[in-house]
Amino acid sequence: MEEKQKKERIGVYICHCGGNISDYVDVAQMRDIAKNEDGVVVSKNVMFACADSNQKEMIKDIQGQNLDAIVVASCSPKLHLHTFRNVASRAGINPYNYTQVNIREQCSWAHSDTPKEASVKAAGLIRAGIHKVAYSEALENIEVSSTRAAVVIGAGVSGMRAAIALAKMGNQVYLIEKEKTTGGHVANLGKLFVTEQSGKSIAGSLLEEIKKITSITLFTEASVEKVSGSLGNFKVDVKTGTETLHLAAGAILVATGFDPYQPKEGEFGYSQFPGVITLPEFRELIDNSGETLIYNNRKIKSIAYIYCVGMRQTKGENKYCSRVCCTTAIHSSLLVHEKFKNVTAYHLYRDIRTYGKQEVLYEQSSKNGDIYLKYEEKTPPVVSQEGNHLVIKIKDELTRRQEMELETDLVVLVTGMVPRSDHEAISGILKIPAGNDKFYNEIHPKLRPVETVINGVFIGGSCQGPKNISESVQSALSAAVKINALTKNPTINLEPIIARVNFEACTWCGKCAEVCEYDAIHQLEMYGKIVASVNEATCKGCGMCAPVCPADAIDIAQYSNAEIEGMIDGFAQKVEISEEAGAEAAGGEGGITMKDMPQVWRRIASSLETDPKTIPALAKELDLNPELITYNLMTMNKYSLVEAAGMDDSDEYYFYKLKNLKHVEN
Amino acid sequence: MEKKHSRPKILVFSTDKISDPGIDQAGLRKIHYSPAVYVISLPCSSGIKPRWILHAFKQGFDGVFIAADGHECSYSPRCPELTNRIIEESQVLMKENGISPKRIRMAAICSVCAEPFASHMNNFTKILAELEE
Repeated sequence: MEEKQKKERIGVYICHCGGNISDYVDVAQMRDIAKNEDGVVVSKNVMFACADSNQKEMIKDIQGQNLDAIVVASCSPKLHLHTFRNVASRAGINPYNYTQVNIREQCSWAHSDTPKEASVKAAGLIRAGIHKVAYSEALENIEVSSTRAAVVIGAGVSGMRAAIALAKMGNQVYLIEKEKTTGGHVANLGKLFVTEQSGKSIAGSLLEEIKKITSITLFTEASVEKVSGSLGNFKVDVKTGTETLHLAAGAILVATGFDPYQPKEGEFGYSQFPGVITLPEFRELIDNSGETLIYNNRKIKSIAYIYCVGMRQTKGENKYCSRVCCTTAIHSSLLVHEKFKNVTAYHLYRDIRTYGKQEVLYEQSSKNGDIYLKYEEKTPPVVSQEGNHLVIKIKDELTRRQEMELETDLVVLVTGMVPRSDHEAISGILKIPAGNDKFYNEIHPKLRPVETVINGVFIGGSCQGPKNISESVQSALSAAVKINALTKNPTINLEPIIARVNFEACTWCGKCAEVCEYDAIHQLEMYGKIVASVNEATCKGCGMCAPVCPADAIDIAQYSNAEIEGMIDGFAQKVEISEEAGAEAAGGEGGITMKDMPQVWRRIASSLETDPKTIPALAKELDLNPELITYNLMTMNKYSLVEAAGMDDSDEYYFYKLKNLKHVEN
Repeated sequence: MEKKHSRPKILVFSTDKISDPGIDQAGLRKIHYSPAVYVISLPCSSGIKPRWILHAFKQGFDGVFIAADGHECSYSPRCPELTNRIIEESQVLMKENGISPKRIRMAAICSVCAEPFASHMNNFTKILAELEE
């Protein structure tokens, strides 16, 4: 890479984190070490770098001392990277000329057992951060234009509900359905818990609504053939009959749903004995029966439900729990009792998971006199046929593993959800990853649950994993809102941390394009030769292309050779920590001063200085409401400024005392 | 300063989304490991350049550990294969420079793998210390 202009006016801020760092790391020496590094003009210790007062001071320093880059050595970048990028922006420098150094999670806390060595390590980490920021480049967000349209793949309840939401928010929507009819599995369902509305009517009313909305175009018996382009400007080729349509969309929602688990031949007697059927088959039987429940010309007087069929297999393929099957089986049993008289029900289960509101169904089922028998995975029930009856042998865990024999007319295999058999077709076209369970994967199950690693491609409903109808619709609607947040603006901003090619060094061998999963690298003619060029909108910045380049002509912004090797140099430099320093570390510089802390903290601290107090006692003394005291005290506790010191006489309240605050300054 | 090499110096390459949060968690839970472990976080382990690894050894590091995403990698199912290739190439470079190929290690570290990370560091520290003799 070409020689870069190094930053020459760097500001370094070393955080005490109210003792979380300064109890173990000698922050004063860190400040002095940083001050002596090349290019550093400001080096300070701060009680809480994230505190509003410090952010203001940083802005003052940046502007007043004309800083061109900043380093904050505090907690993990997962917590405050964006906080300080924003500080940089507000102060008028580029947010990418900022480096966060993690001296808490990866230093003071991890090495609280060896404080002196923690200081040595912190010095290395801080120097690495200074080197990295010295080579950092100012980066601008990448702007791409966006089409105010979305493609929704799959017209089950999730896809239909999301399509309506997207249309109502002002998007043109193309709803693509593989089958002849819409509504997916739900369209085949009868009465549902809680509303008693049938699946058929839910699916029907959604279709009616879609027909009324002109901005939704529904394609049935259609399939997605090819997808090109990227966030903001996808081109989706859809085949309907003999025709191929080219649709333009800003984003894509995948709501392709699931397949019901199909038991193997002979699994609990399935397709071996005529009276063994799956749960979906049984639901259909209930819905289509008149006043008596008849199967194979036999009146059904007893039913055995076997749970977890094909699911929760410790050694098998489907390790997960399918979430919905316990509830569906128990709900089915309730429907049977409601519709037909005198049917005995046996539930052969491993664990019952009627979570949330669905628990009332389980309770009702027990009240109805249903019999629950528990089996273990390693000793599953055995189904056989004797004459006209099905006979099940089970070792019941609830009665000390007693072996029992049940005679029943019907065995219902409580089957769950598996990924669609054609799931690879869509993931292949869209390049969205699937997990070990083969369901499509989100970026983060808790924090980014409907986004995929492909910008602009979202997942909703049960294509992501087993979900009931409400959960499916929730996730699809959340994806719809995320999509609208992208398409509502004519331009979209993307993070600029992507691959860049050094055109002078590149000789186009094609190796980078070969490893790129996102088809983001193409040939370009430049300087009279063919070179590699990166599509800014599709590049994910993973860096896979960088090590394979024989000419070392590719790097990722923020991860250039100069930055990474500079960090290594920073770690490698010799660190001298003076001996007496360790002892002083805990108190920082002459104890913790309180000037940056809220007034309430100061009052609490002053009060606790005389003797430990409980929350009600503090509230009374300071004449503040106990909630306010609790909130502030808990925050102080989090920052290790106070600690609990035993319970009061009534065993109701903790006493609190000061921890690290040695000299309270009022 | 303690006597040189009393603790082998280890450079860890972690990943922003998966293994780095796992390493953070070790700190959060005060699970201790050698303080001579230094971490550089990258988007993906398949983006590590062998020249960086060689640079670390030349700058006095005793070992390099790649805390990879393995099959959890959200960028590509080929991540483990490509990361392996980087290790192989680095080992060739290391041999050329008289560095034992045992000084580089890899393991998948998940986002909650606090204990596994600490125990990998303890083991690797022990292995490197023995190599030194």
